[in-house]
Amino acid sequence: MNNDMEQRIDTLVLPYRTREDLKAILHERDITDEEFDQILAMVFSEYEKSRIEPCEAVGVVAAQSIGEPGTQMTMRTFHYAGVAEINVTLGLPRLIEIMDARREPSTPTMAVYLLDEWTFNRDRAREVSWQIEAAPLHEFGDITIDMENMQVLVLLNKSVCDRRKITVDEIFETAPRKIREKRHFRDFDVEGDPKKATITFIPKNRESYQNLFQLAEHVRNVIVQGIDDIERVVVRKEGGEYILYTEGSNLKDVFEVEGVDTARTRSNNISEIADVLGIEAGRNAIIQEALSTLNEQGIGVDVRHIMLVADMMCMDGEVKQIGRHGIAGEKESVLSRAAFEVTVNHLLDAAIANEVDELNGVTENVIVGQPIQLGTGDVKLIAKPINLKI
Amino acid sequence: MDEEEVADLLATYHISLEQLPKVYHDDPAVRAIGGDVGNVIRITRDSRTAGRAEAYRLVMKRPKK
Repeated sequence: MNNDMEQRIDTLVLPYRTREDLKAILHERDITDEEFDQILAMVFSEYEKSRIEPCEAVGVVAAQSIGEPGTQMTMRTFHYAGVAEINVTLGLPRLIEIMDARREPSTPTMAVYLLDEWTFNRDRAREVSWQIEAAPLHEFGDITIDMENMQVLVLLNKSVCDRRKITVDEIFETAPRKIREKRHFRDFDVEGDPKKATITFIPKNRESYQNLFQLAEHVRNVIVQGIDDIERVVVRKEGGEYILYTEGSNLKDVFEVEGVDTARTRSNNISEIADVLGIEAGRNAIIQEALSTLNEQGIGVDVRHIMLVADMMCMDGEVKQIGRHGIAGEKESVLSRAAFEVTVNHLLDAAIANEVDELNGVTENVIVGQPIQLGTGDVKLIAKPINLKI
Repeated sequence: MDEEEVADLLATYHISLEQLPKVYHDDPAVRAIGGDVGNVIRITRDSRTAGRAEAYRLVMKRPKK
């Protein structure tokens, strides 16, 4: 094959992959111009055959193709997904979750990939995990309630602080601030002694024991290191590199941690991805999540069906659910909406708003008993009585 | 995309501007490339079937809730 042919392939109206495959196959071969033309003609005829016909009911085909294998799925699967003790919703519940476009999945998780300098070293990977995992104050030292003087004493363990790369000063600063963010109405004073590594919390209300114990509870659980939403981090070695799996998801904050590879890090919270990375990333996440959920159950569904669903969900710039609050609820036709869920409400609202149904869709025509506008129903015969002699 | 390209695109598919898929003006990807309301953006996707695919979205204002 010569350069001229290669350039001709590049200008063809064929999908990118088809052109690349064609070039790769023809690259080493000796072919004449005539043969080349023949090959192109055959490729084009095959390509035309593979394309979907105009007016094909792709939505119905997609619905059937996802729905039928869906009936085979295990109804309730709450097992561990093999990834070191982290529980992930799988199977049908997960698929429903994706289609419903929930704000928060029932088990949000992330797979945090690390940059080269961090990913091959266990200790450095561990350091990143400490920056991510939410750690309450009681992990850094002993907390005692001094009832005589009505105060809460915190004695920090310096070796733990050193190991987890957090200075005593940082704890002095974050702990009271975070407590105040949560419960600003019960005020308290803070005294810190950097040399002895102690912090003393003194409640303003010096009468109530209940108040003191509540304050102690807050002090114990205040998160001084890591990201609040991420409850647990597991470091795992996969194919030579260390990957962090998390329970809880917070893309925005994790991206700001040093050493995190923002290009490969994944979350299973689709609406969060759409918010942080844009609607196109959300679309990709829907396809990826739906496909992996189905494949994990040993069910093969063609990507194109899922791509269609994802495209519909992301049409209007935000992730919309498939259901009466999303795609099905925004249909033009009154009868079509009424046929889905909450029939009476839709009919009543439509009657009040004086809505008109043009009967263009499939559902409406089935309801009124007309042929639908698809397949054989789409063909209209008009007899022209020319040369008709009996 | 400039106006001429948009006109060509709409002509090839016989559609109006409003029939394009939408993207909000405050979408992180739109902000990164600096798109304004009314622009049409061309998206080159990594497609699982075609290897690479082009898609288009119209930038519009996020409706107030």
